[in-house]
Amino acid sequence: MSLDAKIPKGPLAEKWSTHKFNLKLVNPANKRKYDVIVVGTGLAGASAAASLAELGYNVKAFCFQDSPRRAHSIAAQGGINAAKNYQNDGDSVYRLFYDTIKGGDYRSREGNVYRLAEVSVNIIDQCVAQGVPFAREYGGLLDNRSFGGSQVSRTFYARGQTGQQLLLGAYSALNRQIHLGKVKMYTRTEMLDVVTIDGQAKGIVTRSLINGEVETHTGHAVLLGTGGYGNVFYLSTNAIGSNVTAAWRAHKRGAFFANPCYTQIHPTCIPVTGDHQSKLTLMSESLRNDGRVWAPKTIAIAEQLRKGAIKADQVKEDDRDYFLERKYPSFGNLVPRDVASRNAKEMVDDGRGVGGSGFAVFLDFADAIHRLGKDAVAAKYGNLFDMYYQITDEDPYKQPMRIYPAVHYTMGGLWVDYNLSTNIPGLYALGECNFSDHGANRLGASALMQGLADGYFVIPYTLGDYLATIGPKPVDANHPAFEKTKQEVITRINKLLALKGTKTVNEYHRDLGHIMWEYCGMARTAEGLTKAKGLIQALRADFWKNAIVVGSNEEVNPALERAGRVADFLELGELMVDDALMRKESCGGHFRLESQTPEGEALRDDEHFAFVAAWEYNGDNQPEVLNKEILDFEFVHLTQRSYK
Amino acid sequence: MSNGNMNLTLKVWRQKNAESKGAFVTYKAENISPDMSFLEMLDVVNEGLIHTGGEPIHFDHDCREGICGMCSLYINGHPHGPKNAITTCQLHMRTFHDGEIIVIEPWRAAAFPVIKDLAVDRSSFDRIQQAGGFVSVNTGGVPDANEIPIPKVIADEAFNSATCIGCGACVAACKNASAMLFVSAKVTQLGMLPQGQPERYSRVQAMVAQMDAEGFGNCTNTGACEAECPKEIKMTNISRMNNDYFSAKLFGQEELHEHASGE
Repeated sequence: MSLDAKIPKGPLAEKWSTHKFNLKLVNPANKRKYDVIVVGTGLAGASAAASLAELGYNVKAFCFQDSPRRAHSIAAQGGINAAKNYQNDGDSVYRLFYDTIKGGDYRSREGNVYRLAEVSVNIIDQCVAQGVPFAREYGGLLDNRSFGGSQVSRTFYARGQTGQQLLLGAYSALNRQIHLGKVKMYTRTEMLDVVTIDGQAKGIVTRSLINGEVETHTGHAVLLGTGGYGNVFYLSTNAIGSNVTAAWRAHKRGAFFANPCYTQIHPTCIPVTGDHQSKLTLMSESLRNDGRVWAPKTIAIAEQLRKGAIKADQVKEDDRDYFLERKYPSFGNLVPRDVASRNAKEMVDDGRGVGGSGFAVFLDFADAIHRLGKDAVAAKYGNLFDMYYQITDEDPYKQPMRIYPAVHYTMGGLWVDYNLSTNIPGLYALGECNFSDHGANRLGASALMQGLADGYFVIPYTLGDYLATIGPKPVDANHPAFEKTKQEVITRINKLLALKGTKTVNEYHRDLGHIMWEYCGMARTAEGLTKAKGLIQALRADFWKNAIVVGSNEEVNPALERAGRVADFLELGELMVDDALMRKESCGGHFRLESQTPEGEALRDDEHFAFVAAWEYNGDNQPEVLNKEILDFEFVHLTQRSYK
Repeated sequence: MSNGNMNLTLKVWRQKNAESKGAFVTYKAENISPDMSFLEMLDVVNEGLIHTGGEPIHFDHDCREGICGMCSLYINGHPHGPKNAITTCQLHMRTFHDGEIIVIEPWRAAAFPVIKDLAVDRSSFDRIQQAGGFVSVNTGGVPDANEIPIPKVIADEAFNSATCIGCGACVAACKNASAMLFVSAKVTQLGMLPQGQPERYSRVQAMVAQMDAEGFGNCTNTGACEAECPKEIKMTNISRMNNDYFSAKLFGQEELHEHASGE
C-alpha cells in the first residue's frame, strides 16, 4: 500500500499557510460539544491539552506519573532551536529547515520540516509570555548557544534545564485550564488500549495505578503524546517509566509504525559502571560548545589510563587525538550526534577507549576553564558538572569527563500524515511518539521544538478539520466496542498476573536490552540482525512461560505495570530488527556495516531506500506488512552528508 | 568486603495502603556496590524479594537524574538522605559504610497521605499550582520574545526560583509540614518577571488560599526546608511571598481571577 502524507501542494514557504486556510473550522459555540482525549503530559501532550482547552474543546488528559509535571520532557537539558536569527549570524527559517533535513540524512519530509522551522519562532514567544526564564544577556535580551549539526547559534536555553522550564510552562498552561474546568486531569492512570468504532478512534481503555480499576473513556479524537521507546534497550537516558505501550497498542489496533529502527544514540553520556545500573545519564550536547572530545593516540597510553596508572591531565598534548576536530575541521566537536557517536565507538574498537571498562572517551574542559575561567564555565554548565560529580565521584573541573554513547531518542514512531493523524482516523500522534520530522537522525535541541510545535501550533488547526468533518454528535459510551476492548485488556492483565515462573520481568528486560544494543545498536549487520530476531523470539516465548509477576490487579502493583510494558518491548524489538534488516542502506543513526563510504561514513542508497517504512500489524507472531511512503524531494538536492 | 562492596541493614516503612497502619520491616541489602544509586540498591533488594516470593517495596521514582521530582524517601532522618542539594536518585551508596543501618520512611505530612509503603500522594501540590501558578495567556497572539528586555539578574533570580522540582522535601523537612517554600518559589518566579505582573497579587492570594485549604502548616522560620531542598531554593522566596501577600491584603488588591463560570 502506498501512503499519502497529504502534504499540501505549492511553494515550500506557503504550504502551511495555504493548508491552514483550507482546513475546516469548528465554530466557537460548537467546540464545547467535542471531547478530546490527550494521553501523555510531556511537552507535546501538555501543550496540546492546554491549547485545545483554550479553544473551547473539553479535554481529558492522562499521565501515568503522579503529576503531569513529571513527564520525561522535564529532563531535557540543552535547549530548544528556533530560527529567530537574534544573533545576526545568518540564520533563517530556510536554514533551520535545511540543517534539519540534512541532519536527518535526507530521510524526513520537506513539508513537515519546513513547517517545524516556520513555527519554531512562535514557540519562543509563547514560552516567554508564560514566564519561562530563558537565559539572557546583560542587555536583557535572550541568549543563544550552538548545537551540533549547525553553524549558527539558534539554541535558546535555561541553564542545563531547558526541558524542565519549558515543561513547567506547558504544565502551567495546563493547570490554568484544569482550574477553569476545561481539562479533566487523570494522574497515575495508564492507557492500555485504543477503542475504535467503524475504523475511527473513539476512546481509550485505562488502568488506575492506585486501585487497578480498568475504565473506558470516550472522545471524538484521541491524541497520543506518549514519548519514545528508547527503553527497549533497557539502559537509556529515558526515565524508568518511559514506555511504548500506548503507541504499541495503537499499532496493534491498526496504526502503522514508521521507521522503528531509527534510534538516536547520543554521544555524550556517563559510561556504564556495572550490572546493577538502571539508567544512563546524559551530559548535554551543549557541553560540546566548550568541551573538546579526545582519546589517547596510542593503545599503550590508553592501557595506562584504564589501569589508573596515569590520569588524563598527565597525557601530553601531543599524545592526544582530538578526533572530531581532526576529522571534521568545519564542524569540529559540533558534528551531529550520529557522527560523534560512531567516532567514539571507533576509538574504543581501536583499543583507545579509557575509563575502567575501556568504553569511554574524554570530554575535556581544561581549555575552556583556562580561557573563560571556572566561574563562567560553572554559570553555563554548573548543574551538569554537579550531576557528573555525584554519579562518578570525579570532579570534572579537574579531570575531563569520561563519556560514551547511550540510547537517547527514537526518531521512529507512529506514522502520521501532515495533519499528525495516524492512518486510523481520529487517532493522532504528537512529539517523539510520532516519526515525522527528524528523519534518520535528530539534531540537538530539536526534540523540544517538535514537541511544542505539534502541541501548540499544529494540532489546534489540524484537529479542528477532522472534528468539523465528523460532527459533534456525542460518542456512544455504550457501544459494544468499549466493553469488548475493556475485556481484552482485563484478559491480558490476568494473563500477566498468572505468570508465576522463575525469572523477574526486570531480568527479561535486561536480556532484551543486551540483544538490542549488541545487534541493533550503533553498528548493524544482516548476520547480527538475523541472529537478534531469533534471540528475541525465543526470549519472548520464554517470558510468557517463565516470568514472575507478583501481586494482584486491585492494588498499587509496579511489577504488573512493568510486565505489561516489557511484554510490549519484546514485540517492538523484533519489529525494529525487521526494519533494520530491510533497510540495507546506512542513514543517520542507522548504520549498516555493509553500507559505508571509504571514510567510514553512513552511505545512503537513495535509489532504493528514499522512503518511510510504515509497518502494519498483521496478527500475533506474524511478519508485519511493509507499506512505503516515498519521500519526494522537491526543493533540496540529495547529497552525501559532509561535516568536514 | 574485599571488593569494596557493602552489606547493609534496612529498616523500611511498609504500609499496604492509605487506610492501613504501617510498620517498619527489616531487610538485608547484601553485596551492594558503592557505585550504585540508592534506588538501584532498592532495586536489588526488590529483585531478591520477588525471587523469594515476597512483596517488593514500593517507592516513587522516574527520571533517576534528579529533575522529575518523583522520588522522595526520608533516609536516616533527612528528606533525600544525608547529602545536600541532591535528590534520592542521585544519592550513591558510597555515602554509606559497610554494616550501616539505614532507616527509610515516606514523607510524613497530613497533606501527603501514604499511598503504599514509601509513596505518598502529592496531588495537593498540583492543586496549589492550578489555583494560580500560571500567567493567563492563551496560545498565540503573544508579543515577540525580545520585545520586553528583562535584566539578566532578574531573569537569573526568577530561574533560581523556577528550578523547584515539586518533590515535597520542604514539607517533609518542616516540623509544621509547611509548603511555603514550594508555593513561594512559583510566586517569586512569576512575580519577578514582567509577564507575571498583571496577576501578581491575585496569584499569591489564590495559591496561599489553596495551600491553607490543603492542610499544610504555617512557617515558623526554622529553615529546615531550605537546608533540605535538593534544588537549594532559598527562604528569601518566602519573605517575598509574604510581602506580596500582605501588600495584597493591606492595600486591598482585588482578587481578579478567571473563573470557570465567567468564561
